[in-house]
Amino acid sequence: MDIKVLGPGCSKCQQTEKIVKEAVAESGVSATVEKVTDTLKIAEYGVFGTPSVVIDGEVKSVGKIPTKEDVKKWIKK
Amino acid sequence: MVQDCCACGDNIMILACSGGSNVGQLSNQAAVELTQEGCGKMYCLAGIGGQLKGFVQSARDVPMIAAIDGCSVGCAKAILKNAGVDDYRYFVLTDLGIEKNKNLSLNAEELRKVKDAVRATCAGQAAPGAAGIPTVKGGCCG
Repeated sequence: MDIKVLGPGCSKCQQTEKIVKEAVAESGVSATVEKVTDTLKIAEYGVFGTPSVVIDGEVKSVGKIPTKEDVKKWIKK
Repeated sequence: MVQDCCACGDNIMILACSGGSNVGQLSNQAAVELTQEGCGKMYCLAGIGGQLKGFVQSARDVPMIAAIDGCSVGCAKAILKNAGVDDYRYFVLTDLGIEKNKNLSLNAEELRKVKDAVRATCAGQAAPGAAGIPTVKGGCCG
């Protein structure tokens, strides 16, 4: 599973990355988590704001910090 | 598309029908100028209409949408309905007393009327100091 956290690097983006990594670890799912900070690459996803979370190419949340429970639901197979 | 992380004013998504009439183009120009003045940020209605996931999810997650249709045909409204978005501030320019025609040369007084209507409804949601926006609700990066 490929997970991307989109965000230039503010505290909300860092918090989102932390939550996503914790959710992955606690779920035992095999996934890579990549932080995307390049604004041009972020723009390719068409998101209105950051932080955003993309899982296997699908945008799951935009402009807010997701809950760990939400992330676990998204990565549940 | 993406500017500063969590920048103020980004909590209002402005969607204009941008149609091929005076009112469609007034909606577009109002969205452009409101964005330039810091009262929200214009976004791609076409991306939502095309059901591109990043655009649709953005519309679902943004705190506030100001949707501007030129006329009662309601293209922006229909696109948002198809995207499953039903909570937004809605403006129809013909309901503001602007007559629809095919003259694409915009009337400055009509443009001011559109911008004032959006500003009045969205007051309290945009950045402090933005033109015509005296207050702000909530904050930026925590």
